[in-house]
Parts: sequence; structure tokens; C-alpha cells
Amino acid sequence: MALMILRRFGKMDDAKELVAGEVGDATGARLGMWLFILSELLLFGGLFILYSAYRYKNPVDFHHASRELDVILGTLNTIILLTSSLSMVSSISALQRGDRKLSMVLLMTTIALGILFLINKGLEWGTKIEHGIYPNAPALLARAKGEILFYGLYYVMTGLHGLHVLVGVCVLLVMLLFVSKGKIRSTHFTPLENSGLYWHLVDVIWIFLYPLFYLIS
Amino acid sequence: MTPAGTAESIRPRISFYRDQGRYRGILSWVLTSDHKRIGILYFIFVIAFFFSGVILGFFMRLEMIAPGGAIMKPQTYNALFTLHGIIMIFLVVIPAIPTIFGNFFLPIQIGARDVAFPRINLLSWWLYISGAAIIALSVFTGEGPPDTGWTFYTPYSLRTTVNVPLAVFGLFILGMSSILTGVNFVTTTHRLRAPGMTWKRLPLFVWAIYSTSWVQILATPVIGITLALIMIERFFGVGVFDPAKGGDPILYQHMFWIYSHPATYIMILPAMGIVSDIVPVFARKKIFGYMAIAVSGVAIAAVGSLVWGHHMFVSGQSDFAALLFSLLTFLVAVPSAIKVFNWVATLHKGSIVLEPPLLFCLAFIFLFSIGGLTGLIQGALASNVHLHDTYWIPGHFHYIIFGGMGFGLFAAFHYWFPKMFGRMYNRKMAVWAWGIMLVGFNVFYFSMLLLGWGGMPRRYYDYLPQFRALHLTATFGSWILIAGLMLMFTNLFRGLLKGEKAGDNPWGGATLEWQIPSPPPTENFEEIPVIRHGPYDFEEIRENG
Repeated sequence: MALMILRRFGKMDDAKELVAGEVGDATGARLGMWLFILSELLLFGGLFILYSAYRYKNPVDFHHASRELDVILGTLNTIILLTSSLSMVSSISALQRGDRKLSMVLLMTTIALGILFLINKGLEWGTKIEHGIYPNAPALLARAKGEILFYGLYYVMTGLHGLHVLVGVCVLLVMLLFVSKGKIRSTHFTPLENSGLYWHLVDVIWIFLYPLFYLIS
Repeated sequence: MTPAGTAESIRPRISFYRDQGRYRGILSWVLTSDHKRIGILYFIFVIAFFFSGVILGFFMRLEMIAPGGAIMKPQTYNALFTLHGIIMIFLVVIPAIPTIFGNFFLPIQIGARDVAFPRINLLSWWLYISGAAIIALSVFTGEGPPDTGWTFYTPYSLRTTVNVPLAVFGLFILGMSSILTGVNFVTTTHRLRAPGMTWKRLPLFVWAIYSTSWVQILATPVIGITLALIMIERFFGVGVFDPAKGGDPILYQHMFWIYSHPATYIMILPAMGIVSDIVPVFARKKIFGYMAIAVSGVAIAAVGSLVWGHHMFVSGQSDFAALLFSLLTFLVAVPSAIKVFNWVATLHKGSIVLEPPLLFCLAFIFLFSIGGLTGLIQGALASNVHLHDTYWIPGHFHYIIFGGMGFGLFAAFHYWFPKMFGRMYNRKMAVWAWGIMLVGFNVFYFSMLLLGWGGMPRRYYDYLPQFRALHLTATFGSWILIAGLMLMFTNLFRGLLKGEKAGDNPWGGATLEWQIPSPPPTENFEEIPVIRHGPYDFEEIRENG
């Protein structure tokens, strides 16, 4: 993967005639976005390290705790987020083809799906909290140590991910405004493309979170 | 090729200090997107924080002048060494060279008008200032300043009642600033090089900032999440570092050093770039082993990311892990040594001109070598057990960071001062300041090495009578060092106000910044230059074929 990224950068060196301050170095903007995404991956990477270390230490407890998570709700959320990525790319290619209306409809679909994901997540958290499973809760502390860790990581990781979904929804709302005002159009769509990259990042992280929490029992 | 002709020929070529742009007065600074103005903004604040760090250090040394509580209570001493570390590392040493000189000179050296994302650059500065303000707030609010040491080790950082979460939040914001700066510089280096500026013609300073930026992008998020976890732990008690809840405090140390060891290379690599840029200018000779220096910088960045465990030899990791980390630590010394040999080889048979910038570089090479060799001693497993948590460690660290990065920074002050401000400082005075600092430095920090060798533990506010003489010597050295520092900054400040005009190229440098006026005009170049020779092909070399 590192090689692939490096090769991409090699290609990005081509257009040397570009000057700073000039609007529309689309390749530069994309490169910047990829670098930012790389740093985001490492932000979550720290948590994945914790997850691996603690699961390695407490395999049985993780197995038990995972069984209590609602697989159906988790799967539903996976489908929602994957679909939203589809509507996201479709929105970009609609704009590239000059169909602004379709692009906006698809963008709104993406935003709606993002919000739906958050509502689902909220419901899931709500149920767990009702059952007394939340950080530092007496009912949770009475359980095995591995289970405390599992739920601790569950809240921290899905929480941080949810925060990213929320930020993504806000970014997409701004993009929607720009598209409707014609600031982002078929000839100048890099910001929308970069927001799309961010949205896919959020999606990809969930694709890892989903099996690690819901499917390991 | 470039759209330069039209707008540029109408606008007069005035220095960027006078071209205020869209805003007036102070707003023309704090809302600027000009890379040089942003560089100057960082310059002012980094120096201010440097002085607050020096003052804290001064009082720490003063406390150690005699056994027992000489001038303060133990808790005050704890707060002092914590704040000294936080301020010096996160507000001065990590950002200083990339944000001041990277901002100011990286675009010029590659022949660009600005960085790739000028407004994000300004955002970085605002994040830096906000982070610093939050840290300052943590000192004066809550139940007192943090007392954990700059490493915030758990479990103590989770239990102490003082203002840890706020300080940690400030550091988190600083991390965001650091990442955005890194993203900006990598993109700039890839996208905005002038025609003919190939990778093999990049000044070595650009190579150094480029490798540093990669470390900033890849390592900083890990400390970000680690510090965020401290906040989450303190507010919600999740338990990931709490043994009572199944967590492991040692894992915190791993997470912390996964960033913080690479961070020491964020500190030193840019200074190495500065030395590589300055030495050829004053040896009037092409740099020896250009590619070796460029690649060794990248190698340091890469291997340096895999050695964090050498901070934890006595923390209870497996023998095999310790062995591996020790081996990698020895390996990372190789590219560092390559650089030192290349600098010395560049000086060999050169026409050496002993101007202040070169003197500071020579001090760098000398002090960095001591720092590097002492690093090998503590990187070996057996001697580490003896030296761990003694004065040896801060002694070594200051040889690398103050002796290396600090003197590299001072070299950059003296080398680029005439370009940044258009005026020259008093060179004789600069040499005096250099000499005084060099003496004070060695008296101070060599005593620390000896104290550590003798078993003096670090972070203690009191000591046994047998350490008295060396502590007294170290404190005495700190006074000489501070005297030298004051002389240097006074001299530079006087040069800023009253210095004679420096001219465009006082040192005869061949890199691009010396081919434009001092101070540079807005957007640097009237027309984007076409590069036809390497960064160290000086005129006389080119003329002689």
C-alpha cells in the first residue's frame, strides 16, 4: 500500500508549471487531502493498537462481551454507511457530468444516510446505557476485566468514529450549499471530491470497527 | 509558463514588511496568508516561549545549587520541570525550525511564491497560539500547574489533582497545528518546485524539512489519540490504562513513545538540514555526498520511528523486545554518523571562512557528536539499567537538543538574519556570544552527565552531599550559558534596529533565497526562476568550470 501511495505522489509531481497562490491546483489539493487522511488513519491506528493488545490478552472476555452487541443494528449501520458512500461518488460524477440537480439530490441522500447512522448509533448506545453498561458504571465494573476493556474501547472507538461522521455531515452540508450556489461546479469540483474522500475514510474505518466489535463472538 | 508578467510588473517590488495586503496594522499580520509574515509571527512567539522556558530552567538550576530546599518547595520544583519540558519541547523545539525557517525559506528555496495552502498555514499558526494559550491557562487555573513531567505517564497523570486535562488539551491542539504544517510542506515540495528544481537539486534544508514533515504527519496523530485518552480517562474513567479495570499503564508508555521518539527526530532533522546548507557556503565548496545526506535524513525518519522501546528498557518489556529495540537504536546512529562525516568531509580542503553561522555549525557538530555517542551508551541494555532515570538522560538529551537543535537554530538565526531583516548584526559580538555559550553549555551539561554517571536521579529537588560540587558547577555553567544567550539576542536585536544594510547576498550563497532582494518582496520572485544548477554550485565553482 505504501508503494501504491508513493507511486501516486510520483505522478503528482508532473505538473511543474503550477505556481503558488494560483487557484485550482486540483492535484495538490488532493495530495494534501490524502496526507490528512493518512494522519487520520494513524489517529485511529493508536486505538487499534490498544484493541489488539487487549484482545490478545483477554480473548474469552472479548468473545463474551461481543455477543451482547446487537449484530442486526450493526449490520444495518454498515449497509447504511456503504450505501452513503455509493451516493457520495454518484453525486461527484453527476456534478462532473454537469447534472447539478442530481448531484444535490445524491448529496442530500448521503447526508440523510449519515444522520440515520448517527440515530441508529444513538439508539444502540441508549439501550446499552439503560442496561447499565457505560464507562465506570457499577454494573460494568462488576464484570470481568476484559469485558470492561471491551466496552471501554467500544465507546471510545465508536464514539470517535461517530464524531467523524458528525463532522462529515457538517462538511457535506457546506458542500451542498456551495453546489447550490454554483461555487462548486462541473469545472471546479475538487472540494466536493475531497469531502468525498473524507466520507470514504469514515466508511472504511467503520468497515474495520464492525467486524472487530460485532462479529468476533 | 507562469502568469507572472501582468500583475507583477504593475505592482512595485517592495519588501513584504511594507506590503500589508488586504488588512492594516496588526491585522495585516494575524490575518496574513503570506508565508514570510507567518514565519515572522512564529519567530516572535517561539522566542518568547524560549525565554519563559529558560527562566524556568534557571530557577530549577538555582534550586539545585545546594542540598535541601534551597529556594522552593518540592511541589514547585515538580511544576517547574514539568513546565520547562512542556514549553521547551512542544512550544519551542518541535515547532521552531520548521515553522520559522521552513515557512520563511522552504517556498523561496524551491522557487515558489508561497506554500501550497496559505490559508491552512495561517490556521496552523492560530492553532499554535491557541494551544499555547490553553497551556498557559492550565498553569494559572484549577488546582495548580501540571506536575507529572512532560511525559504525562499514567497512572500518576490520571490521579494527580492538578490541572492535567487542560494542559493535555492544549498539547492536542498543538498537534493539529503540527500535522497541518507537515501536510502543507509535503504538498508544497511535491507541487510547487520551480522548473528545473529536480529532487537532486533541492537544497538539503528542504530535504530535511520534507522528511520532518512526514514524521509530523505520521507520528503526531498517535500522541494526539494518547493525550485524548488521558482526557477521556479523567472525565469518564473508561479504564484503558487502569489496572483495576484491566488496563495496562505500560501500554500508555508505548503509545507515548511511538510518537515522542520520532518527535526527537522532528526536533533534530531540520537543524541537520540547516548545517548541511551552511557548511558548504562557508567552506566555499560543494557539499560532500549530497545524496547520502538527503537519503540519510529519510532513513533517520524511517528507522527512528521503530526505536521507541529504548525508553522503556526498565519498564518491564520482554528481553527479546528490549534486544530488538537496542539493536535498532544502534542502527539509527548510522545515518546520523553519515551526516557528521559528510559535513567534516565538506570542510576538508575547503576555503573556510569563519563567520558566525559556520561557528555555530561547528559547535553543532561537536555537541551533537557528544550527544550521539552518549546516546549509544544508554542505548546499550546493560549500561541503560544503571543510567536510566539519572541526570545522564537529561544531560544526553540537552547535548542533542540544545547542543544540536538549539545551536542549529542559532546558526540559522545568524545565517538568514540578513535575508529576513535586510540588516547585519555585529559579527564580532556574535562570535563572543558563541564562545561564551559554548563554554557555559559544556560546564553545565557535562556536569549533568557526570552527575548521572555517579547515580544522581533526575527530577529530585534534593540530593546527597556527595553531589554538591558537580551541582554547583552545573548551576554556575547555567549562568554563563544564560549570559551568552542574552548577549546573542541583544546583539541580534541591535542589528535589527541599527545594523548596517546587509545586501542581497552577504555570504555568497548559491541557493535561491540569496538571488532575491533582502528582505524579500511579496511573492518572492518577479518571475518564477528556471533552475539550471545545484544548490551548492557557487559562482566561483561555476566559473572555474
